[in-house]
Amino acid sequence: MSTFADPRWGEALGHLPDYLGNHVRVSVAALVLGLLVSLPLAIIARHRPVLRGGLLGLASIVQTVPGLALLALFYPLLLALAALSLSWFGVGFSAFGFLPAVLALALYSMLPVLRNTITGLQGVDAAILEAAQGVGMTPRQSLFTVELPLALPVMMAGIRTSAVWVIGTATLSTPIGQTSLGNYIFAGLQTQNWVFVLFGCVAAAVLALAVDQLLALIENGLRNRSRFRATLGSVGIAALVVATLAPNLVRPQTNYIIGAKTFAEQYVLSALMAQRLKAAGLLATKREGLGSNVIFEALAADDIDFYIDYSGTLWANQFHRTDIKPRQELVAELKTMLARQNITLLGELGFENAYALVMPRKRAEQLGIRTIADLASRAANMSIAGDYEFFSRPEWAALRRAYGLSFRGQRQMQPDFMYAAVASGEVDVIAGYTSDGLIAKYDLVTLGDPRHAIPPYDAIMLLAPKRANDEALRKALAPLLGRIEIATMREANLRASGNDAASSPDAVAQWLWEKVGKK
Amino acid sequence: MSPPLITYSHVGKTFDAGRVVAVDDVSLEVCEGEFLAVVGGSGSGKTTLLRLANRLIEADSGTITVEGEDVRNVDPILLRRRIGYVFQSGGLFPHLTVAGNIGITPKLLGTRPAEISVRVDELLDLVRLDRTPYRDRLPHELSGGQRQRVGVARALAARPRIMLMDEPFGALDPLTRDALGDDFRELHKKLGLTTVMITHDVTEAILLADRIAIMCDGRLLAQGTPSELSKSDDAYVGELLRTPRRQAERLGALLPREGTA
Repeated sequence: MSTFADPRWGEALGHLPDYLGNHVRVSVAALVLGLLVSLPLAIIARHRPVLRGGLLGLASIVQTVPGLALLALFYPLLLALAALSLSWFGVGFSAFGFLPAVLALALYSMLPVLRNTITGLQGVDAAILEAAQGVGMTPRQSLFTVELPLALPVMMAGIRTSAVWVIGTATLSTPIGQTSLGNYIFAGLQTQNWVFVLFGCVAAAVLALAVDQLLALIENGLRNRSRFRATLGSVGIAALVVATLAPNLVRPQTNYIIGAKTFAEQYVLSALMAQRLKAAGLLATKREGLGSNVIFEALAADDIDFYIDYSGTLWANQFHRTDIKPRQELVAELKTMLARQNITLLGELGFENAYALVMPRKRAEQLGIRTIADLASRAANMSIAGDYEFFSRPEWAALRRAYGLSFRGQRQMQPDFMYAAVASGEVDVIAGYTSDGLIAKYDLVTLGDPRHAIPPYDAIMLLAPKRANDEALRKALAPLLGRIEIATMREANLRASGNDAASSPDAVAQWLWEKVGKK
Repeated sequence: MSPPLITYSHVGKTFDAGRVVAVDDVSLEVCEGEFLAVVGGSGSGKTTLLRLANRLIEADSGTITVEGEDVRNVDPILLRRRIGYVFQSGGLFPHLTVAGNIGITPKLLGTRPAEISVRVDELLDLVRLDRTPYRDRLPHELSGGQRQRVGVARALAARPRIMLMDEPFGALDPLTRDALGDDFRELHKKLGLTTVMITHDVTEAILLADRIAIMCDGRLLAQGTPSELSKSDDAYVGELLRTPRRQAERLGALLPREGTA
C-alpha cells in the first residue's frame, strides 16, 4: 500500500491522457499508413519474384536498423524536405514530432504485413485459383472475392505483429519531439524516477496487449467465419482509439512549448521555466527528452519556443568552431551568430555545465593527478567512460590533441551510471558534467584543463525566432537569468537524482526557485 | 446428325518451351447433344485438351471453335461464363456457402440476388440436394459426393449449353460414383447439354458416354462409339477395351446372381 501512496503515481496518472492519446494517435496513423502502402505493394509483388525479393529484403533491412536510429534519421530528412518544399512551393511543414515519427514507424510496420500478405496470397490452393478462373472471374474479381478473403487470416496475423511492434517502438519517438508513453521512460531514466519508468513500460505493454487481443479476436472471427467476433474486435479497436483520442481534442491549446534534452538538469530547468510561465499566467507545455541535435533544429524551425542549451555545445557542434575563447567572449560571439538565424540568446543562467574529466578524489591524490596534463602520462593504463555522444564530439578530439591522451579502453554509458562506475573502480576516469551533483556525492574530483581544450559551457536560454519580440515571455523568464550558481545547480541535480517523491523535477524546481528567486 | 458444337482442328500445345508435347495435332468434333468421354492415362494430354476449349490454356497451333466461333476471337472471361466446368475435386470456394458457390457465375454476370436465390434452389433440386439443410453449409461440411453435386450445380447455374468435366467422379467411392454418374447422364439428357468428360476409367466412359475418344501421349488414337472402337486394330485401344470386358466376365463368375432372375 505504501508503495502506491507515493505521489509520483498520481503525477504519472495525470500525464496519462496526454501521453497515451499521443501514443495511440501516432501508432494508429503509422499503422494505417503502413497498411495503405504495404497491402498494394504485396498484391503487386506476389507474382513478381524479383520485386518480391527486393521489397522483402528492403523491409528486412529497415527492421535491422535500431528503432531509435530510424526515428532520428527521419528528422533531418524531413527538415531538408520541408526547406525544399518551402523554397519551391512556398509551403513549409513541421519536420518535428508527429510527421517523422509516423513515417519511421510506418516503415517499421511494413515487414510483417508485406510478408504475411504475400505468404497468405501464395498459400491459396492452385485448384481454387483455377476454379475462380473457370467460373469466369477476371483477375481482379478473383483477387477480391477469392484470394484476399482466403488469405485474410494470415494477413491479420501479420497486422497483429506489426501493431505490437509499432506500439512498442513508438515509445522511442519522444527524442524527436513526439509525445508518447516513452516520455515516462525517458524522463524516468534520466531523473532516476523508477515509478515513471515502470508506469511507462506497463502502460505501453498493456496498450500493446489490448490491441493485440482485439486484433486476435478479429483474426479469429475471420478464420472461423464468425461475424460476431470480427465485429466485436473491430468495435473494441474503434472504442480504444476514440477513448484515448477524445481527451486530447478537448484539451486547451497551449501557447508555449518548452524543450528539454535528455538529462536530469534539463528536466529540472524545464520544470522551473514552466512554473515561472504559469506564475506569469502563461500557458506552457514541455516537450522533454529531445535529442541534442533535434532540439536546436526544432527551435530554429519554431517547433519549440525556448530551451536551455550550453554555449560550448553550440560553439563546437552547431558552428563547428575549434578555437576556444573565454566565457564572456564566447557567449557574445555566439549571440551574434545565433542572431543571424533569428534566434535570441536571452542570457546566461549563471552556471556552467561543462564536460570535465572526473576521477575519485582519493585515487587522484594517491597518483598525484590534479590536471589532465598529469593524467596523460598514466592514461595508457587507464580506461575512460563517457556518455553516448562524448567520444564523437569535437571536445574529445580537442582533449586528445591538446594532451596527447590515449586510454587503454573507452566505454559508453548511461550518464547516471558512470559516476557510480568510476567511484567503484569499474572505470578509472569518466567524462562527467561539472554541474552534476553526483560528483560531490561520490567524493569525486574534476581535473583541471590548463591548456583550455574544453570550451566554456555556460547554460544559456534560447528563444525561437517567432518569440524574439515576446515581451511577456521575456519578463516571465528574466528572474532566472544570472541567478543560478554552480553549487546551487549541483545540489538541485543531486536532489533530482534521488528516487523518492521529493526528487521529481517539479519538486526540485520548486526548491530551486526558493533558493534563487528570493535573492 | 446435329452440327458440331465444339471442333478441334489440328490443335497442338507444348509446355516447358516445347520440351513437353501435351497435345499433338488433334482433330475432333463434338456434336450438339452429344456426351463425349475422353479416355487416357495420366499425361496423355486429355485434361489439356479440355482446358483449351474454354481457354484456361491457350493453344499453340490449330483452331478450336465453340458454337461456331473461333475461341481466339472470344473474350476468354465471357467464354468461360457460358461454358459449365466441373473440376476434379469440386474446386468449391471454401469461404463461400453452397448457395454462394452455386450462384457465383450468375453473380458475375450481374443477375439480381433474388433471381440467383431462386436459381440456387432450382439447381439444388436438380442435383438432388435438399434445399434447407444444404444451402448455407460450407464446403468442408459436405461429403465428397455432395461436394461434387454442388460442383455440377455451380457449372449449370448460368444455363450453359456445354459442360466440360475434368474427372468429375474420380475421387468418389464406387457407389456414390455410380449414383452421380447416372444422375448426371439424366441431367445431360433432360437439359439437352453437350458434354465432354475426361476420365481414366474406360468402364465409366462406356457406361455414360455416347462416344469415346482415346488419347495417348498427346495424340488422339481413336474415336467412336464403344462398338466402333471394339473393331479398332490399334493394340492400345484393343487392350483398353478388353480390360472392362475381362473384368465383367470375372465378376460375373465370382458374384453369383441373386434372386430369381
